[in-house]
Amino acid sequence: MSTTAVPPKKTNRIGLEVLSYKGGKTTLCAGCGHNSVSERIVEVFFEMGVQPWQVAKFSGIGCSSKSPAYFLNLAHGFNSVHGRAASVSTGAMLANRDLLGVVVTGDGDTASIGIGQFMHLLRRNLPLIYIIEDNGVYGLTKGQFSATSDYGAKSKLGNLNEMHKLDCCLLGIELGATLVARSFSGDKKQLQAILKTAISHKGLSIIDVISPCTTFNDHPGSTMSYAYVKEHDIPLHDLNFIPHFDDIHVEIEDGETQEVTLHDGSVLRVKKLGRDYDPTDKMTAIRTLHEAEEAQEVVTGVLYINTHSKNYYETLNMVDTPLSALPETLTRPSKAALDEIMEELR
Amino acid sequence: MSTTLTSPAQEGGNTARERVVNDFSIQVATANGSGSQTSNTVLMRALFQMGIPVSGKNMFPSNIQGLPTWFTIRASKHGWIGRKKEIDFLVAMNPETAREDCLELEPDRVLVYDEPLKLNELRSDLHMYPVPFDKLVGPVCPEPKLRKLVKNMIYDGVVAYLLEIDMEEIHKALFKQFGPKKVKAAELNWGAAQAGYDWAAANLSKDQPYRVERMNANANKIIIDGNAATALGAIFAGCTFVAWYPITPSSSLVESMIGYLKRLRTGPDGKGTYAVVQAEDELASIGMVIGASWAGARAMTATAGPGISLMSEFVGLAYYTDVPAVIVDVQRVGPSTGLPTRTMQGDILSNALLSHGDTRHPILFPSGPEECYSMAAEAFDLAEKFQTPVFINTDLDLGMNNWMSDPLPYSDAPLQRGKVLSADDLERLGGFERYRDVDGDGVGYRTLPGTNHPAASYFTRGSGHNEKAQYSERPEDYVNNVDRLSKKFESIRGAVPAPEVQYVGGARFGMVFCGTSRDACFESQDQFQREYNLPVSTFRVRAYPYGPALEEFIDRHDFVYVVDQNRDGQLHQLMKLDLDPGRLAKLRGVRYYTGLPIDARSITDEILRQEAE
Repeated sequence: MSTTAVPPKKTNRIGLEVLSYKGGKTTLCAGCGHNSVSERIVEVFFEMGVQPWQVAKFSGIGCSSKSPAYFLNLAHGFNSVHGRAASVSTGAMLANRDLLGVVVTGDGDTASIGIGQFMHLLRRNLPLIYIIEDNGVYGLTKGQFSATSDYGAKSKLGNLNEMHKLDCCLLGIELGATLVARSFSGDKKQLQAILKTAISHKGLSIIDVISPCTTFNDHPGSTMSYAYVKEHDIPLHDLNFIPHFDDIHVEIEDGETQEVTLHDGSVLRVKKLGRDYDPTDKMTAIRTLHEAEEAQEVVTGVLYINTHSKNYYETLNMVDTPLSALPETLTRPSKAALDEIMEELR
Repeated sequence: MSTTLTSPAQEGGNTARERVVNDFSIQVATANGSGSQTSNTVLMRALFQMGIPVSGKNMFPSNIQGLPTWFTIRASKHGWIGRKKEIDFLVAMNPETAREDCLELEPDRVLVYDEPLKLNELRSDLHMYPVPFDKLVGPVCPEPKLRKLVKNMIYDGVVAYLLEIDMEEIHKALFKQFGPKKVKAAELNWGAAQAGYDWAAANLSKDQPYRVERMNANANKIIIDGNAATALGAIFAGCTFVAWYPITPSSSLVESMIGYLKRLRTGPDGKGTYAVVQAEDELASIGMVIGASWAGARAMTATAGPGISLMSEFVGLAYYTDVPAVIVDVQRVGPSTGLPTRTMQGDILSNALLSHGDTRHPILFPSGPEECYSMAAEAFDLAEKFQTPVFINTDLDLGMNNWMSDPLPYSDAPLQRGKVLSADDLERLGGFERYRDVDGDGVGYRTLPGTNHPAASYFTRGSGHNEKAQYSERPEDYVNNVDRLSKKFESIRGAVPAPEVQYVGGARFGMVFCGTSRDACFESQDQFQREYNLPVSTFRVRAYPYGPALEEFIDRHDFVYVVDQNRDGQLHQLMKLDLDPGRLAKLRGVRYYTGLPIDARSITDEILRQEAE
């Protein structure tokens, strides 16, 4: 035993080291944007002091859906079937509303095979963080177009995409998601801020992360290559997120920042850049996305946030205790209740 | 059909002089949406209240208004509540079908019809009772809009007069049907029933053989449809999560559940101890059930054949990842859309083997409302104990028709929640391996997400995995895992509901059947005994996988007839997975697949035909 003093390891507010937030070794390609997303999740969940075993991770099938294995090993994970993480996570979150749910899917999962489930998930506003690692390509089956591939994009084999693309953020805003953000896997600071916001949000968060595929979609013909996104990325605003447990007094620079208070008391500060962007205004958000598409630009940041809509637990009028934790005394009606029904049926 | 055996006592052929008491079938032919459901239910209930064993079967179209519908009520002093093949007493209200319905009757049967249909021109060998319904309805129903609905109540009065049903019982049944909130509507209908009775008393002679007389066979019985019984079974077994997509004939199951859940499972704070999600499709509903079960809720869905097809991939996931799920399949006629409002035991094979790869799933086969209720609870226990999807195969006949039943018994037996490790268990054990067969029954230990312990987590994946739930493509890990699932299925074999077996002395052959074939098979057994002096043994399958009792039953008979309500003999075919060739050679099939509930006479005749070969 050495008696030499070891410098104390950095721990978060619940006393855990960052190691408690790590996952398995990634098997994705070197430089894959998805790995950056996993890294951001590790950092942010550590910084926010989220209890790892209070988290449930969900995914479908595809490269992106492998990534829940690469963060938060101490959280339960469910790698389900292609395009159906939305329903599996919905069931699990309804069974245990104390969980913090994180879904990681890709554009194939969400925008093609699972588009139906995705759209209905949006309508329910279930508290859940739904991340789309969006590379506009089918990576695991080696490079076919996806439904989020840009019109006019070229595949590695030289095929031209002449189909219109599906914008998951637009759908999210239209159909009831209450936090809708777009980011770029290479933008560390912005993605961290968005993830922190989503953790505090008590409704459905949709985070579409443009995550270029280094193998099949990072070539000059692609509109989702690193070079293209870096050149065309327009951050809407600088984001600063203040968790409610940090005792920080927020200085509001009048006319420069807008604060959005989340359900748990946290404050999202949106610093406007150049224009008067109001993320609580649905029409602005929709217009901004359409304008960006016209201009072949990628707008990133929190596009839309709504903190006053009912979430799904409220809509269903469910007890506060997780259904999975209810005692039998509450879930099994009495003999008297059955006798009464039998009497009515005589 | 040629048989060497002849029946000395075939039913029917009654003359007007011989009275037939409490042993006949009534069929009412109307148009869908004409309000006949109420008058038919009242008629059935009145017989029930008079203590006569009764059953009611609704043959309705996949339509809201206008297409033909038939309701058949059977009164049987012997207690036979399966469908009777022959119609004894027809009420023809629907011009679309009246002619054909009339022509199909056996001679000497009774026909009550709407006078303008002039059915008397078609035949002279029936007891004909024309009734001027339109003339009668005017005075009792001043509101023209309601006349179409009220008109049907008039035949209740006419039938009551002819059969001597006590009008007091019609009154009681009618007011029960409408309930305390619709007294006005009940009174309007009661006026119509009385008008029918009075007119019949003044104008018709009871020159027909069928009569009812009070019995005391129904003491303490209830009337309930199978779907409501399944719903109650699930609720009293502590079900907390339901996801569903509306589909005939299962919709009324979940709708019934929603009603009872609101009543029985709302806490003092006005909040529910449950969640019911009407999902966007059956893929989503089974996905949600799997997610909820995985997270520790008692979760179920209810569907029918087309929904089962859509659930295929997810059911394979639950099987391969050891996640419980309860799936109630109220079977209807397939393939494809098929006949959505007709009955069939059509999903036995598909449910037993649902999904790609090697998969096997247990199925429970309720035969009546009591078993819908008890098997719902058993299905949850089995699903959680064995961490696997469990099917309950009911059918449209059981699910949507009203059945006499003993009162559903209360159970306070502890729920079997299966092998779930708590934080304390983990603290004591230091960790666990999700798919390790610790106890030798093929069932590993699981933890629920949110368990407050750093060692609780594991990763559930539909891809290849080892005992530690880690991704693996190693051949030995794959084999180890699927062999464990096989072993688990053998454990399930010993745990599912046991068959109902009846060995009859001197029986050369036996019948094997499941679900709603029960009543028809027992009646057929009785027909063989009474009409042909042939003893027949019976074996009612209550669950798949079948157990060793089936082999013993086959061994003790020369032949065994497997009765199926489908074309391909699905119950029969499934035996091929388990039985040796010697026993299989002793099996013969009886297959009934008209979309109507199976009847005893069809079984008896088919067995006679095969015996004669």
